[in-house]
Amino acid sequence: MLKISNLHVKLQEEDKEILKGVDLEVPAGAVHAIMGPNGSGKSTMSYVLAGREGYEVTEGSATLDGQDLLSMEPEERAAAGLFLAFQYPVEIPGVGNMTFLRTAVNAQRKARGEEELSAADFLRLVREKAKTLKIDADMLKRPVNVGFSGGEKKRNEILQMAMLEPKMCILDETDSGLDVDAMKLVSDGVNALRDEGRSFLVITHYQRLLDHIKPDVVHIMAAGRIIRSGGPELALEVEHNGYADILTETA
Amino acid sequence: MGALAEKKQGDLAARLAAMDAPARGGAWLEAARAEARARLMAMGLPAARDEYWRFTRPASLNAPTPEPAAPFDDGGEAPMFGEVERLRIVFTDGVFDAAASDPLELAGVEIETLEEAGSRDIHWARDLYGVLETRGHSPVERPFAALNTAFAGAGVVIRVTGRAARPVNLIYRHESDTSDAILHHLVKLEPGADLTLLENGPGAARLSKVLEVDLGAGARFHHVRTQGRDPERTAVTHVFARLAEGATFKSFTLTVNGRLTRNESFVELAGAGAVAHLAGAALGDGAELPFHHDDTVFVTHSAPECESRQVFKKVLRNGAVGVFQGKILVREGAQKTDGYQKSQALMLDDDSTFLAKPELEIYADDVACSHGSTSGAIDEEALFYLRSRGVPERQAANLLVLAFLADAIDEIEDAAIADDIRTRLEGWVKRHRG
Repeated sequence: MLKISNLHVKLQEEDKEILKGVDLEVPAGAVHAIMGPNGSGKSTMSYVLAGREGYEVTEGSATLDGQDLLSMEPEERAAAGLFLAFQYPVEIPGVGNMTFLRTAVNAQRKARGEEELSAADFLRLVREKAKTLKIDADMLKRPVNVGFSGGEKKRNEILQMAMLEPKMCILDETDSGLDVDAMKLVSDGVNALRDEGRSFLVITHYQRLLDHIKPDVVHIMAAGRIIRSGGPELALEVEHNGYADILTETA
Repeated sequence: MGALAEKKQGDLAARLAAMDAPARGGAWLEAARAEARARLMAMGLPAARDEYWRFTRPASLNAPTPEPAAPFDDGGEAPMFGEVERLRIVFTDGVFDAAASDPLELAGVEIETLEEAGSRDIHWARDLYGVLETRGHSPVERPFAALNTAFAGAGVVIRVTGRAARPVNLIYRHESDTSDAILHHLVKLEPGADLTLLENGPGAARLSKVLEVDLGAGARFHHVRTQGRDPERTAVTHVFARLAEGATFKSFTLTVNGRLTRNESFVELAGAGAVAHLAGAALGDGAELPFHHDDTVFVTHSAPECESRQVFKKVLRNGAVGVFQGKILVREGAQKTDGYQKSQALMLDDDSTFLAKPELEIYADDVACSHGSTSGAIDEEALFYLRSRGVPERQAANLLVLAFLADAIDEIEDAAIADDIRTRLEGWVKRHRG
């Protein structure tokens, strides 16, 4: 599904290398987690994959089902099935959440040569998905993320994911700013989407999210590289001992 | 006489020499015209050195003849406000077009043309024509308004005693490339009366328009206007409004294109608890022709517990110029005033200009007044967020343009009209920007 090879990335403005040769492969249907200390490059990787400006790929590749992600516009990556749940979802005053969802769903359908969803079908779908995430009619009506609590913003990200049905979902610190109940709600939303044709890359600082979203593989990222990969037990090890041991071990 | 005054008088003399007097009216109208003419003679025309004209060159408005302007072909688009049950009054190049208009009959409303009303010896319009306009020259002179009062030959006078059964729609058609139109309308709402006034169309190659609105206690006046899309036309418009106790005045203006537009509003909250909202959305592209749009607003709080709100938005690119001069004056004794003013420009490139002069002048000590003026580019974070969800860049940018205008459009009270304006804007923005 997602294949990243020897990816080197630097910040355009600072000429500073952030990713220093990342290799990562997430097969179809798998859930991989990436953990790592602050500044290790986790969020940079998610932004680079989604196509945010300000980064320069100096070496390496990233493909989704064989398609070269790095040569595509952000909207093309989305239409190809990539989805990034933002760590800090953006507020867009003046654009209603419903309008936003409908525009996104239909833009992707159009890009894939499918027919747009009718207003009635869209409404039925969005209501059904919103209900399971406990998103009420008011949140759907309000401008995108404006005045939403941290938990509401994250639930709104998962709602978008549920509506867009991407193949490859990247969750960038989706657990940050969530209380226990909200974490459960968000995790349930993610788990409901788990499917053999859909893969997840879950970026997190904490093992507790992985209690809810059980990963197949856990990677540890440090200083712009994946320094260790293993099973779910690796996350527990980090939780108990911190990153210090792993970092020393691989240094 | 100083050089400035000489220039102002010289421009006025040249302008007057080229003007035809309107058809002679009855005694009261001729008296009002003569009075306005005397005031105009004392003022002269605006000069670029006048503080009030610092951001907008008055030359093309002063000129004896207008710059030619071709009417815009909208390709047979559905008429503005076409879905609204309304009474249509049509002016073509500044002349009342009876054949194209509906009969001037509406329950709860007296409507006449200015010519009709002006020909009577006794008419209520006498107490309004030029009266609010005259009050509007302090502290700043508005010579084009006086010129309008002195020379207007067409317009409507509307008096509402109850709730108007339907909105009144003034439709301004522009057919001649060289028309130089002067329209003057009066609207008087008796206590508790209610009227929605719709205006659309460019009106002429050069349009001068004055609207005087007198609102009785508890009256409600809603005003929505769109200024047509003729890219070559010039216009100078004035709205003078006076609100009695508990009256509501809501006005929204949409401007798309136009070589030069100067929209002045002068609103006085004269009775306690009155509410005035003024909003505007302007979209300009200076690629092929200049675009210059000026909103000049003066709101006076003369009574306590009144609320005023100004929301003006401009989307500019390719050398377009947007101007906002807005003032809130709170007079002594106007305690508990709630005054708010927002002017914002969205710059779609680095070539455009936004000039803003927000002002507060307050002589009461228990008031809440605020103003904010900003200009900026499209929010890159929001743009990326939309694109990351699959929305193509152009479409995402268009969505953000419309989002920027949203809180001005939200000032339109009628949901159906607001929706119509949103949908049209969406279409125009999409077609224009691809």
